[in-house]
Amino acid sequence: MKFKTIIAGLLAASVLAGNALAADVTLLNVSYDPTRELYQDYNAAFAKYWKTKAGDNVTINQSHGGSGKQARAVIDGLDADVVTLALAYDIDAISDKALIPADWQKRLPHNASPYTSTIVFLVRKGNPKGIKDWNDLVKPDVAIVTPNPKTSGGARWNYLAAWAYALEQPGGNEAKAKEFVGQVFRNVKVLDSGARGSTTTFVERGIGDVLLAWENEAYLSLKELGDKFEIVTPSLSILAEPPVSVVDKTVDKRGTRKVAQAYLEYLYSPEGQEIAARNFYRPQDAKVAAKYAKQFAKVRLVTIDKSFGGWRNAQKVHFSDGGVFDQIYIPSGKK
Amino acid sequence: MSASIALQPGALARYETPSTSEPAWIKVTLITVALTFFVIFLLFPLGTVFVQALSKGWGVYLSALTSHDALAAIKLTLITAAIAVPLNVVFGVSAAWAIAKFEFPGKRFLITLIDLPFSISPVVSGLIYVLIFGAQGWFGPWLAEHDIKILFAVPGIVLATIFVTFPFVARELIPLMEAQGAEEEEAAVVLGASGWQVFWHTTLPNIKWGLLYGVILCNARAMGEFGAVSVVSGHIRGLTNTMPLHVEILYNEYNYAAAFAVASLLALLAIVTLGLKTLVERQTRKQISESQKPSES
Repeated sequence: MKFKTIIAGLLAASVLAGNALAADVTLLNVSYDPTRELYQDYNAAFAKYWKTKAGDNVTINQSHGGSGKQARAVIDGLDADVVTLALAYDIDAISDKALIPADWQKRLPHNASPYTSTIVFLVRKGNPKGIKDWNDLVKPDVAIVTPNPKTSGGARWNYLAAWAYALEQPGGNEAKAKEFVGQVFRNVKVLDSGARGSTTTFVERGIGDVLLAWENEAYLSLKELGDKFEIVTPSLSILAEPPVSVVDKTVDKRGTRKVAQAYLEYLYSPEGQEIAARNFYRPQDAKVAAKYAKQFAKVRLVTIDKSFGGWRNAQKVHFSDGGVFDQIYIPSGKK
Repeated sequence: MSASIALQPGALARYETPSTSEPAWIKVTLITVALTFFVIFLLFPLGTVFVQALSKGWGVYLSALTSHDALAAIKLTLITAAIAVPLNVVFGVSAAWAIAKFEFPGKRFLITLIDLPFSISPVVSGLIYVLIFGAQGWFGPWLAEHDIKILFAVPGIVLATIFVTFPFVARELIPLMEAQGAEEEEAAVVLGASGWQVFWHTTLPNIKWGLLYGVILCNARAMGEFGAVSVVSGHIRGLTNTMPLHVEILYNEYNYAAAFAVASLLALLAIVTLGLKTLVERQTRKQISESQKPSES
């Protein structure tokens, strides 16, 4: 009898909850791993903004995972109203299935990237191995932790940053860059599938001397886990532009285009930019950038478009099956 | 499950045969090794879960369990089990009944099919549903047209759970029902009982403990399944995260105390399951040895 009452109560509760949700607008933001904290803050701010502007209660649901995996889920039918992924190629892949128009990157300012980041090194307190720049990574006694470029967006940025560094050295060329990146990956001890997994490997399990990480992820580790680590910014790195887009097919079906569009545009507002900066993403807005300038080290940044001819090209040359990464990365067991 | 079959009346006598009376030091060594192993690999990790869960005090522990996302995950896990377990009871009893009481062509093949979910990786079990119901899969376009959501929603999670927990009830009942034979049912039929009457009054009372055992195992797996559910869930917090997925999310958010708090609920479930299992196992053995008495006299 009592059991039946509980079941009835549960059912009633779920019906009530369902009704309450139906009165609201909901959005699903499918994002990559390290943006959890960013969007937690941003969603609350946007809900407040939208309430005063349009009068609607908006609830934003979040899904996080490796960028490539998340793109795959959207292609397989995960009903994302907006995608906020690690790199343009993953949104291109969704666009290839006609869920998003091909010119999506022109629909919002700054290549549809409301914030940027870069790749830095996280080392153990006191920097015992004296790691200052990319060329220190190929020393024989340095153990590197990075995610796998095949599955992780952040890892592809890591790889390309190393490549760009070698290319920019005196006498640098493609062959030397290939040799250099090959050496870097020979020092990789653990190749996790996603950025957050790598951070956990380095920080929690204590493996490796240096973690190649998103700048925001590195700062977050410092903030969450205290002063057991130091951030080293190399002399040159890559301008990582994590892009955002409305998923046209979903918003047209669900009738959420207006609010989804506003959700992404508000990322570019001063408040949105502040939140990004507070979560250690580099803001695009000049005023906010000036305010947080002290937080980010000055570093020479190359871009994917200038150095690699855009993401589609970089993906094809470096990360497709049989591409350069497959040629240079030989897992230590197979040597 | 096989343990319950091996147990025959007189099994205890085996321990006194000369071939198994080892010197004391061997016994002590073996027991020490087994105990050490048990403590290091089972007891210690289990204890760690609770220590970590309470590392920041009861306040954090309780608030982790009562947060919106955690409650949603617990609710989804309960709903999933509440659908998957009864369905698998119906399926398991029918399959075991068919296999144990009747002879028909393809019987071996059916047994193999029932075991299939045990033998393939849960990730594959999940991917099967992506291939069938995904937007690029066989039924994807049709489902999208009719606005039916299966993948990345509750139905997909329930389907994947049913698939993974498919064999538990059937596997538990088949040996039991085979051991009991069909004599009692035949007698009931001769006395004029209908099919349902035979089932309710003869078969069900005979298998009830084995059935309960299967249900307990099935339920534990349904609530604890990670791999297959992870593939089909879409990881939308508060909507399609089950408890195991929620644990992973919290852990990846540096929220260790909360992650272990939710994990401790799952661990408690495991402990309760084990307790019930031991109880029920005892009853099942009794039932088997009782069913074998007449044939020995």
